[in-house]
Amino acid sequence: MTTASTTGRHAALEPDQHAFGGRPSGPQRPDFEAIQDSPEFAELRHRLRRFIFPMTGLFLVWYLTYVLLSAYAHEFMATQVFGLVNVGLLLGLAQFVSTVLITLAYNRFARQRIDPQVALIRSQAGLETK
Amino acid sequence: MSDFLLADGAATGNPLVNVSVFIVFAAITLYIVYRVSSANATASDYYAAGGGFTGAQNGIALSGDFLSAASFLGIAGGIAVHGYDGFLYSVGWVVAWLVGLLLIAEMLRNTGRFTIGDVMAYRMRARPVRAAAAISTLVISFFYMLAQMAGAGGLVALLLGIHDRAGQSLLIVVVGAIMIFYVLVGGMKGTTWVQIIKAVFLLLCCSLISVFLLGKFGFDFSAILDRATQNNKLGTAILAPGAQYGKNELDFVSLALTLVLGICSLPHVLMRFYTVPDAKQARRSMVWAIWTVFVFYLCTLVIGYGSAALVGTDTILHAPGGENSAAPLLAFRIGGTVLLGVVSAAAFATILAVVAGLTLASSASFAHDVYANIIKRGHADPRREVRVARLTALVVGFFAIIGGIAANGQNVAFLVSLALALAASANLSTILFSLFWKRFNTTGTLFSIYGGLGACLLLIIFSPVISGGPTPLISGVDFHWFPLSNPGIVSIPFSFLCGIVGTFLGRRKGDPNKQAEMEVRALTGIGARS
Repeated sequence: MTTASTTGRHAALEPDQHAFGGRPSGPQRPDFEAIQDSPEFAELRHRLRRFIFPMTGLFLVWYLTYVLLSAYAHEFMATQVFGLVNVGLLLGLAQFVSTVLITLAYNRFARQRIDPQVALIRSQAGLETK
Repeated sequence: MSDFLLADGAATGNPLVNVSVFIVFAAITLYIVYRVSSANATASDYYAAGGGFTGAQNGIALSGDFLSAASFLGIAGGIAVHGYDGFLYSVGWVVAWLVGLLLIAEMLRNTGRFTIGDVMAYRMRARPVRAAAAISTLVISFFYMLAQMAGAGGLVALLLGIHDRAGQSLLIVVVGAIMIFYVLVGGMKGTTWVQIIKAVFLLLCCSLISVFLLGKFGFDFSAILDRATQNNKLGTAILAPGAQYGKNELDFVSLALTLVLGICSLPHVLMRFYTVPDAKQARRSMVWAIWTVFVFYLCTLVIGYGSAALVGTDTILHAPGGENSAAPLLAFRIGGTVLLGVVSAAAFATILAVVAGLTLASSASFAHDVYANIIKRGHADPRREVRVARLTALVVGFFAIIGGIAANGQNVAFLVSLALALAASANLSTILFSLFWKRFNTTGTLFSIYGGLGACLLLIIFSPVISGGPTPLISGVDFHWFPLSNPGIVSIPFSFLCGIVGTFLGRRKGDPNKQAEMEVRALTGIGARS
C-alpha cells in the first residue's frame, strides 16, 4: 500500500478529529462507497461470510457437545476404548485434531478464494497487488 | 515427616542453579532488548514494532503470550492432581484460537492501528467509545496481571526455597523491575523478542521432557496412565471427567465457554496483530500460533500424567507450591538439578514476558486512546505520546508489583479465568458487532462494553469465590447470591444482548460512509496502515 499519499492515509486513519457524520475526504481518499457497492466486493464479502460463519458455528457446536458430555455424561466418557485410553480422552484429542484441520482448511480457502479476489479489487481501485 | 522433607528438598533442588539459569536468561534477553531498541522513537515502533515482524515470528510470540505460568505449571499440575479435568482446560485453550483465526485476526489488522480502541471507535463517536475501550483494557489487563504476579510469588517459594513473605515480596519487586525495563527500553519490539525466545525455550523443554517420558514407557501412553492411576489417590477416577468439577456441572460449562471465547478477546493478544505488515501475515501468525499451542498442550498432557506416574500425587501436593510444582518436580526427577533449573527459568521467563506484554497493552491503551485521542483530540505530538506511554508503563508496572505482593498466594487459575470472563464479556461482542453488523452504532458499542464489563464484575462480586464459597476471598461474611464461580455463561450473552438493545435504542444511526470505509478496509486492506 504505497500509492495513496501519506496525508490521505492519515486522514483515513484518524476518524477522531471529525465530528460524527464528518467525512475524512482527502483528495487521495479511495472511494470506499463505490468499492463497497461493486459486485466484486459483494462477491468477496459473500464468499468470506459463507465460509467463516458456518465454520465458527460448527466448531462451537462441536466444542460445546464435548463440554456438555464431559459435564453431564461421566460414564460415557469413562468408557475404555483401548488400554486405559477412554472415550473422553479421545474426544478431547479429537478437538485438538479438528482445530488443526479447520486451520488448514481456512488457510487453503483464504489462499485460493479470498486472496485473488482481494487482489482483483485492489487492482481495480488502482492499488498494486501484493 | 521424612516424606515432607524429601518433598521439600526435591522441590527446591539447588536454588543456586535455579537462580543462575534464570540470571543467564535474564541477561541474554536484556541484552537483546537493548540491541533491538535502537530505533524505538516513533509511536508505531513503540506500540507495534513498526509492523515489522513476520507471521511466523509473531505467531510464536502470540502463543508465548498465552503460554503463561498459569497454563504451563497450572495445567500440568491440574492434570497430575485431577487428571481429566485439568486436560479440559487445555482443550478450551486450543480451540479458542479458531475464534481469532476465523473472525478477528485479519480484519483487526486491517482496521486498527495500535489498540482495540482503534477498531471499536472506527465508525463511532470516538471519545466515549475510546474511553470505554481504555477502561475495559485496563480492567482486564489488571486482573490478568494480578494472576501472573500472584503466580510469581508461589514459584519463588517453590524454586528458591524462600518461604517468608518479605523475601518473596523482594523477588516480586526484582521480577517487576526487569519487566519494566523490557517495556520501557524495548517497546513492542523488545517485548516480542523476549516472548519469542521464551516460547521457543519453553516448547523445547516441554517436547524433550514428553518424548523422554514416552520413551521411558515404551511409547505406550496407556502405560503412563496406568502408573498415574496407581500413584494418585483418586485412582482410575482421574481418567474420566468429574474429579474436580463433578459437583457443579453448570459452573464447569460456564468456565469452558469463557476459556474458548476469552483468549482472542484479551487486549494484549489482540494488540499482537498490529506487529505484522499485513492481513496475510496476521493469518500466518494465527496458523503458527495454533500449531505451537497444539504441540504444547499435547506435551502438557504427557507431562501432567507423567508427573503423577513418576513423582506421585501425594509428593506433589505436599511440596511447596502444591499443584503448581508438578512440572518442576518431574523435571527434577528425570533430569536432576540442571533440568529443574532450566524448567524453573522457563517458568520465570514466562511470567516476566507475559507481564511485560500486559504492561505494554495497558500503557498503549492509556497513551493512545486516552491521552492522544481523548485529551488531545487526536492532535498529540507522536513523541510526546510515546513519552506518555512510557510513563504509563512505569505506573502500571508499579501497580503490578504492589498488586502482585498483595495477591501473593491467591489461586492463579481462578484469577486467569476471571480475566478471561471479563475480556470475553467486554470485548468480543463489541469487536464482532463493529466488524460484521452494519447497523451497529455508538450507543450499541457503549452498551455492549459497559454492559458486559459491569455485569461480569457484578456477578464476580456476588459469586461464591468472593464470599460464602469453600475458599472465599473475604471470609466471615456471606453476601453471595450468584451460584456460579465463573460468570461467563451469563455475562457473555448479556453483552451481546446489550449491544443489540443499545443499537436499537440509539437515536443516531451510524455513519454510512465510515461503515463503507471500515468494511472495505477490513476485507481488502485498502487504506490500511502499511
